[in-house]
Amino acid sequence: MTRVRTGVRATSAVLAAVLGASVLAGCSSTGGRRAEERAAKAAAQAQGRAAVNTPKWTIAMVTHSGDGDTFWDIVQSGAKQAAVKDNVNFLYAHSDEGQQQAQLVDSYIDKKVDGLIVTLAKPDAMKAVVAKARKAGIPVITVNSGAEQSKAFGALTHIGQDETIAGQAVGDELDKRGKKKALCVVHEQGNVGLEQRCAGAKKNFDGQLQNLYVDGTNMPDVQSSIEAKLQADPSIDSVVTLGAPFADAAVKAKGTAQSKAEVDTFDLNASVAASLKAGTLGFAVDQQPYLQGYEAVDLLWLNKYNADVLGGGQPVLTGPQVITKQDAGALEAFTKRGTR
Amino acid sequence: MTTTAPPVGSKPDGGAEPDERLLRTSPLRKLLGRPELGSVVGAVAVFLFFAVVADSFLRGSSFGTVLYAASTIGIMAVPVALLMIGGEFDLSAGVMVTSSALISSMFSYQMTANVWVGVGVSLLVTLALGAFNGVMLTRTKLPSFIITLGTYLMLIGLNLGLTKLISGTVSTKSIGDMEGFPSAKKLFASEWTVGGVELKVTILWWAVLVALATWILLRTRFGNWIFAAGGNADAARAVGVPVMRTKILLYMGVAFCAWVSGQHLLFSFDVVQSGEGVGNELIYIIAAVIGGCLITGGYGSAIGAAVGAFIFGMTSKGIVYAEWNPDWFKFFLGAMLLLATLLNAWVRKRAEATR
Repeated sequence: MTRVRTGVRATSAVLAAVLGASVLAGCSSTGGRRAEERAAKAAAQAQGRAAVNTPKWTIAMVTHSGDGDTFWDIVQSGAKQAAVKDNVNFLYAHSDEGQQQAQLVDSYIDKKVDGLIVTLAKPDAMKAVVAKARKAGIPVITVNSGAEQSKAFGALTHIGQDETIAGQAVGDELDKRGKKKALCVVHEQGNVGLEQRCAGAKKNFDGQLQNLYVDGTNMPDVQSSIEAKLQADPSIDSVVTLGAPFADAAVKAKGTAQSKAEVDTFDLNASVAASLKAGTLGFAVDQQPYLQGYEAVDLLWLNKYNADVLGGGQPVLTGPQVITKQDAGALEAFTKRGTR
Repeated sequence: MTTTAPPVGSKPDGGAEPDERLLRTSPLRKLLGRPELGSVVGAVAVFLFFAVVADSFLRGSSFGTVLYAASTIGIMAVPVALLMIGGEFDLSAGVMVTSSALISSMFSYQMTANVWVGVGVSLLVTLALGAFNGVMLTRTKLPSFIITLGTYLMLIGLNLGLTKLISGTVSTKSIGDMEGFPSAKKLFASEWTVGGVELKVTILWWAVLVALATWILLRTRFGNWIFAAGGNADAARAVGVPVMRTKILLYMGVAFCAWVSGQHLLFSFDVVQSGEGVGNELIYIIAAVIGGCLITGGYGSAIGAAVGAFIFGMTSKGIVYAEWNPDWFKFFLGAMLLLATLLNAWVRKRAEATR
């Protein structure tokens, strides 16, 4: 018993000592937080302040995001920026379980928010609560997923990318680049949106496209699976990943497998922008998540303030935007501050 | 302190004279009594299977890929197997790998420190996490399932919450341009080419850890303590085995390997996603079980866990090499694992029957 206690005490003492010492010594003169702070100064000017004097309305957003998703972070940052400008109190909640997402919406209806932004990744689970919100007089805007159901459920409008159209853009781009055999890397088996992207790409691509399923929560597995596939079929000349973090793993896999395939990806982040600039990635298809958050809040404000509606019931598309080496340089700074 | 090892894998069948523990056993019998025998047979079966159905499986470069996949599981399967022999579980092992990577990355970044400082801090914090699991377990006497489930959930929350709080986003910032990164990458995520085959350094880490764990289990007093603590903790305590200390050290062993895996994750991808690692703990446990470790404790081997990890690596990549319809991927994986484990159990039963 005592041995255990001294062991723990010793560990914590050593820990405290190292924590203290390392702050004083062993500094890196490159990268790190200091470099970030220099960059942050420039970005600080992008932050706005309330531009209107409408009452402080409350707008809530409930998404189907899982924990710790980079993509939804960018959606939120767009929504927050619009909320600042529109003098709006912005609330956010998420759950990747359809039933729980519906319950979250329910609790916001109880809170009598002034506007709701929801995703319809699991439309059946959300149908009842969207109707309930409408009955309670709360305007609803759907974002990201659910373009087909949005109008029928009674939402004001839908803002997002049509996954099939985005996939088709990839197919066209692959054709333009003269590719013959492509791989579509699905990082979440059974996700409808991801399947639609691959299906869309397959439809417009003149060459051959096959899907590869990998475990998105396990990066070494993603890498070694792509590696294995490229080794099994050396004729594959392009790899398309469906999320920004997986593009990096695909580039590594390509190196190990000594494949000449071009790696392309959906979505954008800082490292994708850097890789595009460096030429290790061919192109990225961005659906501009920032715009989905920003426009949703702004449109709800416009609707309350001016009874405006956009799109006339048709979805308002935020993508796809195909980004290549030429555009990457200009976007790099925006990805670093988390708004692209 | 003098302790006697419990007779591993031998059954006291009464009436044997003289004392059966003093009987000389033939090398063949010794081999048949090894816990990893079944898994080795299973591994050979899986290997032959994919060698036949997937033509690219036998290429040298493919072997490097399969070994890499196996090593990332194997590094964790070794301490998890030891812990399981010691009679306990660790559900937090998968997420702890991510925590460890996040800690070194964020510490280096926020302090603008040489990345080696972050790596060192991460080692200490991760070992402390392991010690926390061990101390909580031995102090509260609650089952390890509950304790490590609690740690598992807390770590998921901390990984997300702290990363978001500190970095502002859910993934860490890149530390690829910081001092010390290239040398740390050499240690944790480098690769070298042997005869045209690219091999990752994790394979070396894996081999060293398996050798070390095997030596500990079979040649040291601590190894005997592990078997004793897992076989019958009360009896072990009665003969003077420090069961509590053994278990705490076993949890710290898991933490150490989680640190190694975490650093590999960090230095091979340079950015860490905070939501990763969930579900991997089961893969480590599966590898140990395929390798012949009993879920009830007291029996198993580090080599067996390594073979289990190898089977897992071969199966998951073999399915890709065989280019099977991906819709059935998980089904194939599950069926292969089940078959390997059944074969393992069958061979062990046959081996025991021939005694």
